Parts: sequence; structure tokens; C-alpha cells
Amino acid sequence: MKRRNFVNLFLGGSLLATVAAFLYPVVRYLLPAKQASAAQQKVTAAKVGELPPNSAKSFRFGSSVAVLVNTAEGQLVALSAVCTHLTCTVRFESDTATLFCPCHNGRFDLGGNVLSGPPPAPLETYRVEVAGEDIVVSRKS
Amino acid sequence: MAKTPGRAVFEFLDERFLLSDIITFGRKKMVPEHRQSFWYFFGGICLFLTGIQVATGLLLLLYYTPHVDFAHESVHFIMSQVKFGWLIRSVHSWTANILIGVIFVHMFSTFFLKAYRKPRELTWMTGFFLLVMFMAFGFSGYLLPWNELSYFATRVGTDIAGSLPLIGKWLKTVILGGPDVSQATLSRFFWFHVALLPLAALAFIGLHVLLVQTLGMSKPVGVREKREIPFFPDFLLKDAVGWTLILVLVGVLCVFLPWEVGPKADPFAPTPLGIKPEWYFTFMFTTLKIVPPHILGVEGEMLAILGFLAGGLLWLLVPFLDRRAARDERSPVFTWAGLAVALYIIVMTVLTYTVPKL
Amino acid sequence: MPMKKPFSRLVAAAALFAPLVVFGQKNSCLECHDQLEDELKAPVTAFKGDIHGQFNLSCVDCHGGNPAEDDVDRAKDRTFKGAPKRTQVPQFCGGCHSDGAYMRRYNPGLRVDQLDQFWTSRHGQLLKGGDSKAAVCTDCHGVHGIQTAKFPKSTTFPWNIPQTCARCHADAEYMKGYKIPTDQIAEYQQSVHAQALLVKKDLSAPACNDCHGNHGAFPPEVSSVASVCRQCHLSAGELFARSPHKKAFDELGAGECEACHGNHKILKPSTAMIGTDDPAVCAQCHEQGSRGFAAAAEIRTALDGFEGAFQDVEGLLALAEQKGVEVSDAKFKLLDVTTILVGVKNLTHGLDVAEIRKSVGEGETALAGVRAAGEKALEEARFRRQGLVVATVCLAFLAVALALKVRQMSRQRKST
Repeated sequence: MKRRNFVNLFLGGSLLATVAAFLYPVVRYLLPAKQASAAQQKVTAAKVGELPPNSAKSFRFGSSVAVLVNTAEGQLVALSAVCTHLTCTVRFESDTATLFCPCHNGRFDLGGNVLSGPPPAPLETYRVEVAGEDIVVSRKS
Repeated sequence: MAKTPGRAVFEFLDERFLLSDIITFGRKKMVPEHRQSFWYFFGGICLFLTGIQVATGLLLLLYYTPHVDFAHESVHFIMSQVKFGWLIRSVHSWTANILIGVIFVHMFSTFFLKAYRKPRELTWMTGFFLLVMFMAFGFSGYLLPWNELSYFATRVGTDIAGSLPLIGKWLKTVILGGPDVSQATLSRFFWFHVALLPLAALAFIGLHVLLVQTLGMSKPVGVREKREIPFFPDFLLKDAVGWTLILVLVGVLCVFLPWEVGPKADPFAPTPLGIKPEWYFTFMFTTLKIVPPHILGVEGEMLAILGFLAGGLLWLLVPFLDRRAARDERSPVFTWAGLAVALYIIVMTVLTYTVPKL
Repeated sequence: MPMKKPFSRLVAAAALFAPLVVFGQKNSCLECHDQLEDELKAPVTAFKGDIHGQFNLSCVDCHGGNPAEDDVDRAKDRTFKGAPKRTQVPQFCGGCHSDGAYMRRYNPGLRVDQLDQFWTSRHGQLLKGGDSKAAVCTDCHGVHGIQTAKFPKSTTFPWNIPQTCARCHADAEYMKGYKIPTDQIAEYQQSVHAQALLVKKDLSAPACNDCHGNHGAFPPEVSSVASVCRQCHLSAGELFARSPHKKAFDELGAGECEACHGNHKILKPSTAMIGTDDPAVCAQCHEQGSRGFAAAAEIRTALDGFEGAFQDVEGLLALAEQKGVEVSDAKFKLLDVTTILVGVKNLTHGLDVAEIRKSVGEGETALAGVRAAGEKALEEARFRRQGLVVATVCLAFLAVALALKVRQMSRQRKST
């Protein structure tokens, strides 16, 4: 009798432990993570009024860097900030209103077109929308 | 004597579901014990692994998004942000591969033990359809992470479907939802993977298990051993030991070899060198690669594809072709044929990975 | 009906032979030379791919003569110029290529100052002095199969230029007596520029002509080397220009960029180039105890510290990744630090210790964030392994329990 009870107890106990060990990750999985969801294709790059005219701000977009420019005329443009030559990060030059790559003097206009230097291709441009207080940048599909 | 709470619950349900009758029916089922009865476990292992796939699939469904702009990102999210997401996803991917491997083992073991013979022809046939369905599960599921490998493997795979005579082009368009691998394909494959195939598989698994329960386990030809054990609970408990060990294997695999996210699919990038489909398709894939371009004036690849279709049909109809086994006699011809098929599959699969520039 | 037949045949014949009249203008030069052998046949074969041929220019346009004549003496009439001597090749080509009005008819955008430039070059100067070994137009451009420099197979296409120059400049026997080295191309081939141009096929990387000039080829003077490099490396040049080295190097007559980076064998720079020990060159001018010496040591320490920390964190992320943890987010943040690191290394040209320290500080702050992410990833790897142990123990117990139960049940059945 004792042996039988021990085996049953052992079986029940180990089964319970295993179920618990499996239930714990599943429950944690189901509870929402701090970062709401995966959709990274729309990014809030800045708040309205944050950037004075003729200035820029770089931000993360997807898995790379992008730059949001507020032109002298007050127009907002967003482009990839990854230079198409050797992937250095370009920066906005306010006196020439161009994007300049310090590595080998690549220069792009605010439409992403190559003005001078070694870059072989233009910078990808993104769509900019103003949603209330937020300036939202998304990919042009 | 006072009723235990367990007894009370049981009696309540028994009055309404007639549980006692079901239990009596279940207790009747016996499983023969002999030298080859080890192979009986594999069916249960297939079912167990399918259960894991349904559970993990259900969990993944919570965070996955089937759109080209979000699919890859959502998988990356699951792998990096969701608590234990890496585990659920890796279990799903690893178990898929193990499951298909076990299905092959199950199929070949029933083949060599001639379990397909009368009256179990339908069990064999439903089983074959399940194999095809699970390979379709694998093919459709593989695209869902929308990474480089999945995109190109899908392209290559559907190109092969497209080269079938007469119906090829139409078939490829139907599978892809268009001329190319696109959002339409992702939506379609997602639908196959989480709706159509699960329903179909459920139906066929239902049939398959019902047949096994009704007809009992087949004994190999010539085995006179009369020993038996009850299915419930003895055989099941033994099966459960196997399940437990498989869980350990899956756990080790997931922790030390988590499934990769991979780079996001770029339709404009050139096809990576050495692209291949998942391992369970490679025997067909490699056959198509090494077949000579023309055989007796007919395009070699086409002939090979037709060969596979014909071979599949023959394999499906084996219970009706093997007359000797149907009479409970030994049928060495079919055993040798089966060995040849198994050897072919193994050799072709190994070749894919060992010969570099095939 | 029968009357119309001969007329229609005439029309057909005219139609068939008309192309011959238009395109098949008789060219006895090509016809005769095609039947000869070796170097007399070579021009015909080569000319098929020549750019002059594409503009309907042919033998007569450069060599004169009468291509309508089959008889060789009549073909080589008074206008026949024959093959020019080496020393006369520049004027021969320049006859057309320096004539703006003439060239406008064929390619209005093409420059017409090549000959003028050529005379300013070392090659041109040697030639004027009577040295026929110096390079002339045909040595670089070929003679009958001339292709534009925009055509990848052309001898003057960027990635073919080192080979073209090497034909003379790497030939020690040919260059004997000129008192210049013959290892430039070999040195160049080891450089980052060659790696970029010849291996990575980056057409923006410099070949010989980008630094030495094309037709006006001349080695840049010591004081102008920096101007040459600055064409692409603007920020390094600007930093250098405002550094104390500019004045010092100019006074010493030392080549600005060249002194540390070399001229042909320009390798990937490393922090080892700055400092007080070999292979750094700072100590060659700055004695121990001097301000320069101290600055060199300081800069090197700051750089090494930052780069070392960067490599540490890189290794941390690689380890976590190898253990199966997803680190792509951390790797992305590391890219920012890479940009800062590249920037800091560039700042060394300015020799402003304070500026360098500030940048290193920024970099190290950014790096700290990545390091934290990396360590978190390693922790996650540890957690997973611990979890696996727990799960495996539970499962092992379960397996044993199941086996015991099975044994118990079968024993029970045997006894009943």
C-alpha cells in the first residue's frame, strides 16, 4: 500500500511541477510587455515646434538612423541618414541646406539626391505627417 | 462511506455524458507487446508534437502580424521583447522539424511492418494525406517570418510547382495569389497555415485516430506473440515517458540553438547562393538539380516532377497493390521497394548538405 | 503582267544594294590589311571596337590616303601620312583633339586641352627634351581599339588605370635611368584605395590619375600633397590646416598627409600611429618632456581606452548572440558609437586634446548604454540556462515517476 501511494504521489507531484514549469513561461508570455507592439514603421520623430526652421534632428527609424529636417521655409522632410557610400551618418548643414557626410565629403540635397562626392545612390526619403502634437515619420510604401 | 469530492464530480458528469460507457469501451483496447511494438509509440509522439504545435502556434498568433511591413518586425519583437517569446517561437520552429521527421519514421515503420494491410488501408491513406498536409504546414509556415531565406525558398519552391505541365502556371498563380511572392502570398500562406490546414488536419487526424482506436494495433505478419497490455493507461503512460524525453530534447535545442530572425526579405535583392528549401523537401529539390536536362527528348525536370507525383500515387495506393500482405503473407518485394525509397530519400537529403555545389 | 517583272526586279536589286552604297563605302585600307598578318592585320581587328569608328571616322581621317583605290601605290597618295613616329604622336592626335570647332561636331562636351596639359606633364617635358621613351597618347589609350574612359574594358577606365601606368612605371628595366622608384603600383595595390577600387569596385576611390593628374600628370609637390588628399578627405584636411602641425610641416618641408600616411601604400590607419612608441612617428620630432610628446601620449591613451572599451562591448554582444540572445537592438545603438569612434580618430588630425577628450567622453557615455544592454543580454542567457535546468529536472522526475508507475501497473496486472 505504502509503495503504491508513494508512486502515485511521486507521479502527481512531478506532473504538477512540470505543469507549473511550463505554465509560468506561458503566463509571462501572455502578459503584455512594456513596449506596446512591434509596429516600428511609424515613428514619432519629434514634437511640433521642437525644431526651429533650418535645423534638423536625427532619430531611429526601423533598424537604422534617419534625419528630420525643418527647412528654412518651414517644410518638414525626413530622409535616411545612412550615406549610400560607406554607411557613415550624414548631418544637416544649415548654411548650405544640404546633408553632408563627413567621411568622404558626400553631399545630398534635401530631396536625397546626390549633389557631389562619392555616394553612388540617393538617400531614401520618408513620409512626414503631423498628428496633433507629434511629427510622425513613416515609410513611403 | 462518504463520497470523495472526486467521486461526486465523476458521478455528476457520468450521468450526463455517459462517461462510464466510454471508459468501458476505452478499457477494451489492448496493445500487442512483441519485439517490434516499440514502433507503436511513434503515432502518439506525432499526436503529442502536433499538440505542441497547436499550443505554441496559438500563442504566436497573439503577437504575429501577417503583413509584409510588420511580419518580420513582429517576429523580431517576439524574439527580443516578449517574455519567453524566444522560447515559444523556437519551440514552434524546432518541433515543426522534429514532427515531420517523426512522421516519416512513423510512416516507414508502419510500411515495413505492413500495418497498411487489410483492413487498415484507410488508416494508411489518411496518414499519407496527413504527411502531405504537414509538409504543406511546413512550407506555408516557413514564409511567415518574411526573412531572406523564407522569401527565396518560397520562390524556388513555387517555381517548381509552376513547371508542372499544363496546370503549372495556373497552380503557381493560385498558390502565390499572383505572379510573384508578395503580400497576397503572405496572406494566403497565413490562411493556409492557421485556418485551412489546421481544419483539414483535424478532420484527417480525427479519422486516422478513430480508425486506429476502432481497428486496434496491427501485428506484423507472422508474429505469434499473444502478450497484450491495455492501451489506457499502461501504453499511454509508456508513451508519456517518450513525450517527456522529447520535451527535454526540445528544451535543450531551444536554449542552445534558438531559431534565428534573419534579415528581412528584400524582393529586389539577388537570390542568395545555395538557397535551399527546408530539409524535408531537399530530397526532391536535389533530385531536380541533378536530373539531366533532357531524357529521351523530354525535359528532365518535368519528368522528375511527374515521377514524384506518380511515385506518390503508388505510395498512397500501396495497401491495394500489396496483395500478398493483404492475405497476411510476407511480401519481400514491397519491403525491398520501401527500403529503396527510404534509402533514396536519405541519400538525396544528405547529398544536399554534403556536396557543396550541387 | 510579264512587262512588270523586270521592273520589279530592278527595284528589288536597287533596294538590296542600296545599303551597300550607303554603308559599304569602299575602304581599301581595311580590305587589304585584313588579308595581311600579325601586326599589319592587328589594326583592322582592333578598329572594330574603336570609338572613332563609331563616329564614322576611319583610317583616312588620321592617316590620309585614298581608300577608294585598290592599288596600294595609288591608295597611298600625297595625302597619306603613314604611321607617326612616337615623338610625333601627341601632335598627331592633337591635330583633331585640340581643335574645339572640329571636336564640337562629334562630342561637344569633350575637353580639348589635353595636348596643352600634356606639355605641362613630366611625360610631355621629357618628350620635348627628345626622350622618346616617355609616355605618349597611344601608350595609355591604345592605338586602334581606343575606347572612352567610361567603358569598363577601356585602358583608361578607373580600375584599369593602375595596370596601364604599371606598363612602364613597374618595369624596372624600362625605367632604368629615371631615378624614380618602380614599386609605386605594387605599393598602391596594398593600399585601402586599391582595395576599394579594385576589389570593392568603388569607382569613387582614387587611381593614379586622381592624385597625379591625367594628361598633366606630375607627382604633386610636397606642399600640395595635402590639397590633393583634401579633395576627398575634407574634414581631415581642415582639421590638419588648423592644427599646429601645418605651420611646422610647411617649415620643415614635410609632406602634410604623406608624412604619416605614406603616398602609395596608404593603409588603414590605426591608433598605433599616434603615441610615443613605435611605430608612431611623433617621437621623431617631439622629445620626451616636450608638450608635443605629452600630447601624443595623452591622445593615444584616450583613443586606446575608447577603442578598447568599444571592442570589449562588441565582444560582449557577440558572446550574448552566440549564446542565443537577440541583440540586434543593442548592435544598432553600437552603430552610433562606431560613428563617434570614427569621428574621434579623425579629430586626431586637429591635435586639440580638449576636443578629442570631449568627443571620447561622448562616445564612452553612449557606449555605457550599449554595455548595459549587452550585460542584460548575458544575464538573459544565464537565466535561460538556469530555466532549462529546472525544466529538465522536473521532466526527469516525471519520466522516472511514469516509469515507476508503469512498472507498478504491470506488476499489479501480473499478480491479478
